[in-house]
Amino acid sequence: MAMAAAEIEALIRAGIPDARVEITDLAGDGDHYAARVVAESFRGMPRVRQHQRVYEALGGRMGGALHALQLSTATPD
Amino acid sequence: MSDTKARIDEILQKSDVVLFMKGTQFFPQCGFSSKAVAILDHLGVGFETVDVLQDPEIRQGVKEYSDWPTVPQLYVKGEFVGGSDIMMEMYEAGELQQLLDEKQVAKA
Repeated sequence: MAMAAAEIEALIRAGIPDARVEITDLAGDGDHYAARVVAESFRGMPRVRQHQRVYEALGGRMGGALHALQLSTATPD
Repeated sequence: MSDTKARIDEILQKSDVVLFMKGTQFFPQCGFSSKAVAILDHLGVGFETVDVLQDPEIRQGVKEYSDWPTVPQLYVKGEFVGGSDIMMEMYEAGELQQLLDEKQVAKA
């Protein structure tokens, strides 16, 4: 059920074309990741909405194939 | 589903601060839920928890309710705030305390 980091990154980039994505494999087990997503298109969006945009890009995998994704979002400085 | 939505509405009406989580406040069953409880404990706010592992209907229903795919989920005065990552970001920025103050939520 696990997902590869590259696959997660590709999905997020496909959904949010201007995103800069950094994925960290937290436990080295291919199942617990942290993702930092920085995108200009997040500007002006509340945090909940920014996270929802990432979840939308992951197309329903969140909470399923992808159990543990620690997510942080930001706009470029 | 509409029954589940009504049940969630009722839960949210009863308490100012509600955390839907896996496990209980004292025995969280997931690292994210555990982190969410720790943040609320640290803020010293009174809160109710709902263990979604005991209730599959609520577990699914709460995801649709907020259009949010995971648990834990924090609600303040009936309004969805976010999951554990957002709680942590807001906590670190002092925004969670600010939200509780603005909504005039009582301390535990």
